[in-house]
Amino acid sequence: MTNYQREEIPVGPYRHLVSERALSGETMLLNLGPQHPSTHGVLRLLLELDGEVIVNCVPDIGFLHTGVEKNMEAKSYIKAEVMCDRLDYMNPLGNNLAYCMAVEKLVELDVPPRAQALRVLLVELQRIASHLVWLGTFGLDLAAMSMFLYCFREREDILDVFELVSGQRMMTTYIRPGGLWRDVPAEFDAAVRNILKILPPRIDEYESLLTKNPLMLDRTRKIGVLPKATALSYGVTGPMLRASGVEWDLRKARPYMGYEQYEFNVPTSPDGDTLARYVVRIAEMRESLKIVRQALDKLPAGPVRSDNRKFVPPPRSELGTSMEALIHHFKLWTEGFTVPKASVYSAVESPRGELGVYLEGNGGPKPHRIFWRTPSFDNLSVISVITKGHLVADLIAILASVDIVLGDIDR
Amino acid sequence: MGVEQKLGNMGVMTTTLETAVNWARTNAMWPLMFGLACCAIEMMSAQAADFDMSRFGMELMRPSPRQSDLMIVAGRVSRKMAPVLRRLYDQMPEPKWVIAMGDCASCGGLFNNYAIVQGVDEVVPVDVYVAGCPPRPEALIHGVVTLFEKVKGEKFVDLVKA
Amino acid sequence: MDNRLEKLVQVLQEQAGATCEEALGEVRLFIDSRRIVDVLTFLRDQHEFSLLSALTAVDYWPAEKPRFHVIYQLTSLTQNLSIQLRVPVGGGEPKVPTASGVFMNANWREREVMDMFGIHFDGHPDPRRILMPPDWEGYPLRKDYPLGYEEPQFTFNLEEIDLRKPYAKE
Repeated sequence: MTNYQREEIPVGPYRHLVSERALSGETMLLNLGPQHPSTHGVLRLLLELDGEVIVNCVPDIGFLHTGVEKNMEAKSYIKAEVMCDRLDYMNPLGNNLAYCMAVEKLVELDVPPRAQALRVLLVELQRIASHLVWLGTFGLDLAAMSMFLYCFREREDILDVFELVSGQRMMTTYIRPGGLWRDVPAEFDAAVRNILKILPPRIDEYESLLTKNPLMLDRTRKIGVLPKATALSYGVTGPMLRASGVEWDLRKARPYMGYEQYEFNVPTSPDGDTLARYVVRIAEMRESLKIVRQALDKLPAGPVRSDNRKFVPPPRSELGTSMEALIHHFKLWTEGFTVPKASVYSAVESPRGELGVYLEGNGGPKPHRIFWRTPSFDNLSVISVITKGHLVADLIAILASVDIVLGDIDR
Repeated sequence: MGVEQKLGNMGVMTTTLETAVNWARTNAMWPLMFGLACCAIEMMSAQAADFDMSRFGMELMRPSPRQSDLMIVAGRVSRKMAPVLRRLYDQMPEPKWVIAMGDCASCGGLFNNYAIVQGVDEVVPVDVYVAGCPPRPEALIHGVVTLFEKVKGEKFVDLVKA
Repeated sequence: MDNRLEKLVQVLQEQAGATCEEALGEVRLFIDSRRIVDVLTFLRDQHEFSLLSALTAVDYWPAEKPRFHVIYQLTSLTQNLSIQLRVPVGGGEPKVPTASGVFMNANWREREVMDMFGIHFDGHPDPRRILMPPDWEGYPLRKDYPLGYEEPQFTFNLEEIDLRKPYAKE
């Protein structure tokens, strides 16, 4: 058995981040370590506390650093896509979409309308699933444990749809450059309509449990207020920015994949506190349901993959009969397609904010540089500002409302 | 470690006692809440209502290592996290078991690079490996039941350390 | 190119010596590293580019000199415009002045670039490693840094890899 010495938290590396009172021992340094029930992943927070009041909060990230950007440089474009599901693991279809849009923009590949509508439908279902997990863990952190059980029950229905369509519950890699992997089966329509039927009254039920609850209001009103100017300066995007009063949603401002055809609102709230973020996300779930309903009603017929055989593998049924299909299949799966020497930055709206991909090709089959502009990285950097002066229990509520996913931050 | 140190191998008395002790250990094994990445979400799904793990005795997940018997390493372990993982394992009291959930914990999984520990068995000794990326909640429960079979077969003689 | 961007690009070309490239619908400006903070402040205050969407770097070793390009992607919410600035830096010890006084999220983004590429940002208030452990040596995203690939075990090399692998004993 190893002996652990009684270690004090070394102020040394953090000396410029904590106040003078920590050095004299007047305030306490507490490590809210990487393993903690409410850090939503492996996040380490170094807190400087004056009693229960937080004087300084220093996040320490990197405990889930996976080296995805470097690893994707070693694989061809098709094979690298598998890694991008695992970044923001609450939103794998959204990550797939961001990557595929970047690749399609770079090689100027077309996407048929049926594929676009299905992409929108699945990404909005993914958004609802992500917000459900957020709601469950938010309730869990505020000690409303039944929210966790309810939300995961709803989420199972959505994951059943993903499994129906692609065979995998979470890391589907269903959205590929040029369209989708394959067409949706016949039971898809009934499964999605079932979700559209049962989910709205359940969301009303969750609202009735939490929104006007005096315990919830005490814990979340005026807690963690993020003013508009600070939010923009820190690069915050997504529901956090919309809860601070800025109406900026990439689906409305720079529509992609046919979002301009669907009618939906962008909920905002002027307050900027934890309650506002909660209200905005609940409203977003309802807007996503509207989009899913419209996409399902207007689903066009047609192919789900582009015809461009230089980039999109042919369907398996053609391999037995066509020589060109065989050659294309072989070339795409061994070497991969080549991308010209160009770079592109393309962004989508993930449940957490602006998910951007900077993709650079160098004329070869492997990416030269891929950079993921992930929203949780910037959203988390604001935590040291909005928790000053609050209690430790408020920190837990604020951290839950920021909705971070450590895979997004550390990549 | 208490029970086995006091007894040795006393024939039928120890076998009955072993059965009783192992039965007690498997029926209320509390896991340490150690979800790192995507597998953690499936672990949470396994704990939630649809694939209830409470039926197997794991009523709650303890955040404190001092109060848990089982560490389910769910997710990829990076080089920065490995010393933390080892420290938590050392803080758990005996008897303790480790399940490596998912491909990244078993063998490094999809990520074969500088940042991920290639298999969590480089850091802690693992009893059961559950494959999948991420493994379905039913697969995790199968892994847990496999661990229970392993625990039920444990004998005192093997557990006493010199 | 949008005509608001055209006027802006012209101003920057005259006053800051920027060169402009346009491809795939995106506007890219190459700025010298000594001018970058002024250009960022000008864009933020005069032209309402209030959001720094991304700050990253690319390594072109050994093909191009200078070796690194530091990339700033700015977004204007009120005008719905995007612009990309690139700063070529190179040499043995690449240095760029810090933008953390202009945009607050540049603080963490520059720490990430310092950690992954070794590009030093002058005047940064907190130059520590952010993603890698604090005692890590080397800059992982550089092209001359190895991937750290471990040989996969097949049946023919099962035993020899098993002997080398540092399994935990207890």
